[in-house]
Amino acid sequence: MPDPRISLEQVRHVAKLARLELTDDQIRKFTPQLESILQYVAKIAEVDVTGVEPMAHALPIHNVFREDIPGPSLPLDEVLKNAPETDGPFFKVPKVIGADEDSAR
Amino acid sequence: MSDRICKFYEVLVGLEIHIQLATRSKMFTAAPNAFGQPPNSLVDPQVLGLPGVLPVMNKRAVEYSIKVGLALGCQIAPFTKWDRKSYYYPDLPKNYQISQYDLPLCSSGTFDIPDDDGSTKTIRIRRAHLEEDAGKLIHEAPGGHPIDYTIVDLNRAGTPLLEIVTEPDFTTPRQVTTFAQELQKIVQYLGVSEGQMQMGHMRFEPNINLHVTDQTGVVHRTAITEIKNLNSFSVLEKATAYEIQRQLHQWLETGALGQKSTYGWDDAREITVHQRDKEEANDYRYFPDPDLVPVIVDDTWLAELKRQIGELPAARRKRYVESVGLSPVDAATLAADRHTGDLFDQSVAAGAAPKRVATLLLSHGRRLANESGKPLAQLNLKPNRIAELANLIDQNKIAPAEPAGKVLERLLQQDAPAEQIASELGLLQSSDTSAIEAAIEALIAQNPKPLQDYKSGKQAAFGALVGMVMKQAKGLNPKLVQERLKQKLG
Repeated sequence: MPDPRISLEQVRHVAKLARLELTDDQIRKFTPQLESILQYVAKIAEVDVTGVEPMAHALPIHNVFREDIPGPSLPLDEVLKNAPETDGPFFKVPKVIGADEDSAR
Repeated sequence: MSDRICKFYEVLVGLEIHIQLATRSKMFTAAPNAFGQPPNSLVDPQVLGLPGVLPVMNKRAVEYSIKVGLALGCQIAPFTKWDRKSYYYPDLPKNYQISQYDLPLCSSGTFDIPDDDGSTKTIRIRRAHLEEDAGKLIHEAPGGHPIDYTIVDLNRAGTPLLEIVTEPDFTTPRQVTTFAQELQKIVQYLGVSEGQMQMGHMRFEPNINLHVTDQTGVVHRTAITEIKNLNSFSVLEKATAYEIQRQLHQWLETGALGQKSTYGWDDAREITVHQRDKEEANDYRYFPDPDLVPVIVDDTWLAELKRQIGELPAARRKRYVESVGLSPVDAATLAADRHTGDLFDQSVAAGAAPKRVATLLLSHGRRLANESGKPLAQLNLKPNRIAELANLIDQNKIAPAEPAGKVLERLLQQDAPAEQIASELGLLQSSDTSAIEAAIEALIAQNPKPLQDYKSGKQAAFGALVGMVMKQAKGLNPKLVQERLKQKLG
């Protein structure tokens, strides 16, 4: 059975991956909360799954395809409507540091 | 002073390739997939990752990927699924990329490339999987003005991207480039990507490390570095060569093996530049995407895709040399693109001699293509007409040089039987023996002088005689005229 205990460090790490800025107080507060959630979910590990194939999807269906036919795009003002900041036809974001042009693909 | 001596070193290079698939719509939504459009004009709610949107697979993107997998000799997974790769970055509005983690569509392939010494080098393909591309981050304003922020264009976000990963089987930078070039030919041949490097349709990321054996026989393994986003063949080769030397000299000078990290290529200085140390793979928190159902590729579907692929360039070249009897150069030219090969095959199938058809296409056909600035296969030449013309040549009804070229040229505009066109252009040679006989009789009657010359032993007069016959009755087959005249005089 997996150990549901987690460390402050792990919570800090997950927060960083989620781009959440948490204070030390918050980390101390959330760690036991996350731990109790994990404890609850860990119950599922008690089920004997010997010989059971991993399930890729809850529904017994596959190959739901779309034909390759282009559809409409949103008008530019709709595209940018929810953006906190824009620059002409672009979304404007804080400077992404580093010479790497694109995200980690 | 360094006491390290490199007795010899082994180079291990693997390659990761991203190929943009030339579908008309995006991977999981109907927004158009196109290049060079105004910023953020190919965007719909799914691309923006707005609440409530659901992805639906583009069937053609899956089929294109399977075709590339088959061409690389891969196993095609009978069952595959989609996983979420979670990370936060401004070019990825959903905050996760839909990709394939543990069940890639294609795996365990092999692909042969020619090595510099003339031998064949086999590169193992680890996997090829389908995913969606991210948007584009731009760090300067249009026109090149510096800005202290970043702007985002999501036109590319969500377009289908095929990622191919090889095993670290390359041992020279040249092999890496050869493989990349062969792969470009394949995707263009299959019609799954335009494969235009300058448009970023293919991006290469070599991963490189060395096994250095020192003077005492101890092997030192340098850490693997990856060079990101190379999109020209020459840069791919230069960057790989540079990184090999950088790792070797780093070890020689400091003994350091380095850290697993990502490098970029600085084109101005022609050096690789350290970007960042690698995040652990499990930081992406992959898990199956609950919004997408699995893909099952059954035998019927696979057989249909194999049928569509038909014969690949390498197999076609081989067949042209071994079964058709073409020279390797001619075979390579005809098999280089799918449509030229098809035109050749169809013309031969229409009932003409393969070598004659090959000569026609590679001489007159290529000349006409050059003159019109279009590929040979786009000249609108009909296979049955090419076959007719080839047969006219083989039956001595038309001369293979200039006259046949003129007929082919006329066939570009006019779809009519080759013989009819040759006749209209006055280029048909008569092989009518009675006409030839009559012409020869008339010649003898009118020109006793050259005839006497010839009979008295002047062989040179023979050519003059043939010329006179041809002049008198135009369009006679010169070969037959020669034969008949010889008989007559003999």
